[in-house]
Amino acid sequence: MANKTRVATVSLAGCFGCHMSLLDIDERMLQLAELIEFDRSPLTDIEHCTNCDIGLIEGGVCNSENVHVLREFRKNCKILVAVGACAINGGLPSLRNFIPLEECLAEAYLDGIGVENPQIPSDPELPLLLNKVYPIHEVVKIDYFLPGCPPSADVFWKFLTDLLDGREPSLPYELVHYD
Amino acid sequence: MSKTITIDSKMIPFQEGQTIMEAATAAGVYIPHLCHHPEFTPHGSCKLCTVNVNGRGCTACTYPAIDGQEILNETKELNDDRRKITQMLFVEGNHLCPGCEKSGNCQLQAVGYYLNMLDNHFAHFFARRDLDASHPDVLIDRNRCIFCTLCVRASREKDGKDVFAISGRGINKQLVFNSESGQLKDTGLGVNDQAAHICPTGAILIKRTGFTVPIGERRFDHNDIAETGLEQEHSDHG
Repeated sequence: MANKTRVATVSLAGCFGCHMSLLDIDERMLQLAELIEFDRSPLTDIEHCTNCDIGLIEGGVCNSENVHVLREFRKNCKILVAVGACAINGGLPSLRNFIPLEECLAEAYLDGIGVENPQIPSDPELPLLLNKVYPIHEVVKIDYFLPGCPPSADVFWKFLTDLLDGREPSLPYELVHYD
Repeated sequence: MSKTITIDSKMIPFQEGQTIMEAATAAGVYIPHLCHHPEFTPHGSCKLCTVNVNGRGCTACTYPAIDGQEILNETKELNDDRRKITQMLFVEGNHLCPGCEKSGNCQLQAVGYYLNMLDNHFAHFFARRDLDASHPDVLIDRNRCIFCTLCVRASREKDGKDVFAISGRGINKQLVFNSESGQLKDTGLGVNDQAAHICPTGAILIKRTGFTVPIGERRFDHNDIAETGLEQEHSDHG
């Protein structure tokens, strides 16, 4: 089928739980595959997204690479969606926001129990950590939000089928959860 | 003839001295609120219960019902404002629902659900707020405190103890305890005090009781706060 809706997905500072939940739509994935094709996504291994209709962003923004990837998605996706608690408010990774970054690094790589050969990783290929973990709407404009940790498979299904059918997406009470 | 107000065109009788909130609750009309509780002196601070009374915004929990008032409650404009207020509460504190024992039974969360709040809109403060785990039976997590003062009022008005107070200004505002050391364990708070059970969020938790109700059976899992909230307020504490 020509002109399938192009969907890109990524997990920034997330745990891939939201991606797993998307896969939980189970056999409905076959129906979805008739209507969409995946561009950049952990499901395809395409490295950069180009001209997509929908971008699904899991996770918050914790390092410089996350910023670049998020901006690439914003530039290339007509509709950008914050998926899950971490994308919406930073989530679990944002617990480090209350501790200075230097102290976090020291605890993990210098002073932590069982650390051998203590050193803070500084390879130039490693993305630099941001001072805090940011919700993605604080970095780029976001069009829709799917709350949940993770959003249930039915949330993905309702949202995507609403969009594909040309309806304004809406979530009924039972599908709105912050946990 | 009995006196009436109208809320969203519905005639509602009231008794002299009742607030709009009291008249509405008695008639089964839900007005979103967090700092209001029927058993305590109204505080009027969360502003969620703002309704339009004869063209003017008033907090329903503090404003007296007066014969002939025409009140708007369930309007898009009011609920848009309420959603913004709720979002401000979420970004001022640190409300990470996935790891909170109160999740599913939390009134702040339930108001968010009721208003179909899907994001927090504003930039997060990520303000550092300290815990107090000193008490043998009660845990305080200030990250989740919304300064509704229900614990302050419950301790003062029902428990007769005056354990809690709000101290400081702006982002440094915090819940404090009435003891020499400043720790909760050195106050007279008992695990059965009403103040220990009144918190609408997960800021005051009873230790060793978390996650006892499975997901799917929690208070707001299937019924919104408009249904369960009114029931609860009619049945709570007799």
